[in-house]
Amino acid sequence: MISGRFLIVLAIAAAGAATAQDDNVLVVEGAQLVTETRAPAHIEHVGTIYSGWRFRSGETQVLQTDDFENPAMIFVDQAMDLWDKVDGEAGKACASCHENVAQFAGLRTRLPRVKNGELVTMENLINACRTGRMKAVPWKWSEGKMTAMTALIGLQSRGMPINVAIDGPAASFWEKGREIYYTPVGQLQMACANCHEDNYGLMIRADHLSQGQSNGFPTYRLKNAKLNSIHGRFRGCMKNIRAIPYKEGSDEFKALELYLASRGQGLSVETPSVRN
Amino acid sequence: MRTHLVLGLAATLVTTGVLADVVAPGDVVFVEGAVEAPLTGVRGDPKAGRAVFANRKQGNCLACHVNGDLAELGFHGEVGPALDGVARRWSQAELRGIVTNSKMMFEGTIMPAFYIDSGYGRPLESFAGKSILTAQQVEDVVAYLLTLKEE
Ligand code: HEC
Ligand code: HEC
Repeated sequence: MISGRFLIVLAIAAAGAATAQDDNVLVVEGAQLVTETRAPAHIEHVGTIYSGWRFRSGETQVLQTDDFENPAMIFVDQAMDLWDKVDGEAGKACASCHENVAQFAGLRTRLPRVKNGELVTMENLINACRTGRMKAVPWKWSEGKMTAMTALIGLQSRGMPINVAIDGPAASFWEKGREIYYTPVGQLQMACANCHEDNYGLMIRADHLSQGQSNGFPTYRLKNAKLNSIHGRFRGCMKNIRAIPYKEGSDEFKALELYLASRGQGLSVETPSVRN
Repeated sequence: MRTHLVLGLAATLVTTGVLADVVAPGDVVFVEGAVEAPLTGVRGDPKAGRAVFANRKQGNCLACHVNGDLAELGFHGEVGPALDGVARRWSQAELRGIVTNSKMMFEGTIMPAFYIDSGYGRPLESFAGKSILTAQQVEDVVAYLLTLKEE
């Protein structure tokens, strides 16, 4: 743990000004994560993909290297309590049906995925258990309990490579997500690609543009001191370009989530990551 | 179309004399990306333009451009070229074209078109049917850009 942090501090000293991604190595709790790899064949304009971690400042980066320092872990702890807590008319908790949360290792890497003709995300799976098996009220997409639970389940896959299916039944959802990614919207007429594909590595005012990867979600942001869902981030980016965001949990955002995940194939899951 | 006309009329009545000289976004004439005729009858004010340039809710030009004349404000963006000496590189008409609708000068550019009021998808309600800058603000920004002579 300590050695991991030292490594980063040293590398930062050598890195200099913030242009492009840096060369820092992400070691979390002694294990090295993949923050850079060859772009999947389906991306046309980018040769190498990078985690958003590589674009953050040294002070932000270091928070993610040690679970005692990572502010997101408070919420993961809360989710462990929720895991055991009976809720709903069926008198059940998550723990009533699932032996332990570790059994979900790998799940985060494959989501979203198609199930019975529908594209489902982690939030959908959690709410399906709540309404179906527990007879409890569903959680809202980005409410604290939901982001905490997606962080806890996602954490079980930390270090594993993103590996979503984009062919077969997923193909049409993926196409739809790609279309949204490249379509300019809003009064500012920008597409996701304008910032995260054409201009990553550059400063846009005080923000260092990353490739907008999703491997770290839900993400703890220093800006709002809570966990943020991926759909919440999409909303924020769309509002910044003065576009009406799609709804959290909408078909559009789920398709975009799948497409974005596919742009990060091979990057390690970093859940829960820390960003500014 | 009807409502449009009625609304336009109401606006003209309120501010008679001023609006009469304003070129509407849809009526701006571009020649190879440049706009020869001023968008208003009031000469651009470089001081006002400097403020519009820096204001995050107006031009927010610093989001993408380094500008040594505004060094006192930190965090200049790098997405576009530095604008130091821009008045030596472009004429007034060209600068007016670039600020009005940069996409007429630079095909497919990320730089927003600051004086269009349609043609964009899914605008937030409060911005729908509006341009980012007013005609006068465009003139002011152009006047300001013309003061940036030093490289
Ligand atoms: C005007 C520029 C701009 C546009 C357009 C834009 N974003 Fe972003 N986005 C940012 C900035 C700035 C950040 C914060 C710094 C960073 O990670 O790039 C960000 C962050 C993100 C992140 C978080 C990355 C991480 O590692 O935590 C994701 C995901 C993202 N954007 C996705 C999108 C998607 C999807 C779209 C289109 C719907 C989009 N963005 C459109 C500017 C933009
Ligand atoms: C989101 C990014 C962005 C914003 C905001 C932006 N620009 Fe630009 N601008 C660019 C880019 C990129 C170019 C280069 C053209 C190209 O190749 O796309 C450019 C080019 C220019 C040029 C030509 C510069 C040269 O030396 O060739 C001028 C002048 C200019 N912009 C002025 C402005 C002004 C004034 C504003 C604000 C009212 C502004 N820009 C806002 C991105 C931006």
